[in-house]
Amino acid sequence: MCISGTSALRWSRVFATELATSRARKGRINIPIVDEVIAVNTTFRVNDTTHELSIDPRLTLLDALRDVLGLTGTKKGCDQGACGACTVIIEGQRVLSCLTLAAACEGQHVVTIEGLATGDELHPMQAAFLHCDGFQCGYCTPGQILSAVCAVQEVHAGVPSHVTPDVRNTVDSATLTDEEIRERMSGNLCRCAAYPNIVAAVRQVLANEARS
Amino acid sequence: MKDFTFQRAAAVDDAAGAMAVHPGAMFLAGGTTLVDLMKVDVLTPDTVVDVRHLGMSNIDVSDDAIVVGAAVTNSQLAWHPVVRDRFPVLSEAILSGATTQIRNMATVAGNILQRTRCPYFRDVHASCNRRQPGSGCDALEGFNRGHAVLGVSEHCIATHPSDMCVAMVVLDPEVHTLRPDGTTRSIPFVEFHRAPGDTPHVEVALAHGELITHIVLPHLPAARRSHYLKVRDRASYEFALASAAVVLDLDGDTIRSARLGLGGIATKPWRAVEAEHFLTGRRASDDTFRDAAEIALTGAVAREHNHFKIELAKRTIVRAFATARGVNV
Repeated sequence: MCISGTSALRWSRVFATELATSRARKGRINIPIVDEVIAVNTTFRVNDTTHELSIDPRLTLLDALRDVLGLTGTKKGCDQGACGACTVIIEGQRVLSCLTLAAACEGQHVVTIEGLATGDELHPMQAAFLHCDGFQCGYCTPGQILSAVCAVQEVHAGVPSHVTPDVRNTVDSATLTDEEIRERMSGNLCRCAAYPNIVAAVRQVLANEARS
Repeated sequence: MKDFTFQRAAAVDDAAGAMAVHPGAMFLAGGTTLVDLMKVDVLTPDTVVDVRHLGMSNIDVSDDAIVVGAAVTNSQLAWHPVVRDRFPVLSEAILSGATTQIRNMATVAGNILQRTRCPYFRDVHASCNRRQPGSGCDALEGFNRGHAVLGVSEHCIATHPSDMCVAMVVLDPEVHTLRPDGTTRSIPFVEFHRAPGDTPHVEVALAHGELITHIVLPHLPAARRSHYLKVRDRASYEFALASAAVVLDLDGDTIRSARLGLGGIATKPWRAVEAEHFLTGRRASDDTFRDAAEIALTGAVAREHNHFKIELAKRTIVRAFATARGVNV
């Protein structure tokens, strides 16, 4: 049996890792660190920066981003896949970082809200959320924006949703209904109920892209 | 979450082998069930073997079949143009479940192996024969509005949560597996899931370490006239109270053959074979569909809070068939 090429090195038994140290340093130990864990060496890219980590296998991508890499733009809402606040983009697909083990991200490229703007220039979806006032408290907003970016890409790809009248047909961004936008954004809850303005922001980006 | 060892399998053969030497090991694919249930200590593997990136992510189309790799995501399958064209019921079922984020993560094999959403299964302080054999079932006399009325036993009334599987069960695929000793086999989908009976903890036909490698969907021209109807408490991101997957083969107004799968009301993806037999050769009218629905729900057993599901399921069946009747093929 061969588990990965460098199993002997990869599965070296180490004492609680730099993760524990980093958590302790920040005074933020929110999961128990056992005396001994088998750390996992994991390399993945976040917003075009490569990170080589030795991590507790229980660490989720969400906790890795926030507590190890200091990228706190990704939010922890329910931590059980129900709210969408932790949405990130992996290999071009929107996913939930709270249900993703960091160790399972080997070789993957993760985009978080911090990676969306180009310097000081906001991503069009960020600008649309500002322009349309697509938030109130703002806690769900990073997840909403990343989800919306992918939703627009999916519409451009023509793929159907649950409310598309006939799944055999492709959808068209110019004639997309609000019902379609709401369905496609249904994985992101907003307790402030900024939904009408979130729909408006998504529609604005679709309209601007259709014009350009 | 309990501590575990994380292993990345380098190849499909290694994955099954890794399981063989670890009786407490589990496969990890999309993680939407496993990681979720590990967080609440319902699943406590001592070893997790990551099988997501072993090349099982292709959908191969031929005239005779569609071969779906085990690690194909739910989104990938639902959005595939040939799947949408040949099996609308399958795309519709998948797209009605969860959210895009979850469908982007969840794999086809993982969906087939999805665990129940029964709140007593998910609560380690509750009694649950499925989670802890012999401990009892708190759902029987508890809050059981979401629970099953078909395929139930005195030991378990948990609903199978999948939408995709309800469409799959009417399409008669074969589930192909690799066993730790290197041998392979294929299991008819309709025989894959088990009703709870006296052993609710035995949910599927797989042995420990047996890895689903792919699913073969045979060509079924009649499935172009098919539909999935899901009824639930809210319009999106919610499990079914009742759902129906239907395939209707028509000769004018006459039903050549029909297929009926039921979800949200049964302990496993439910195939209503007797209702299908009844429909064969009859006129495709709402009255006929209602009579078939009565047959499909014969033997349904309700508890205190879920009696409404029996009538709801019948109406769901009638509407699903009526919609399929109107599909342009």
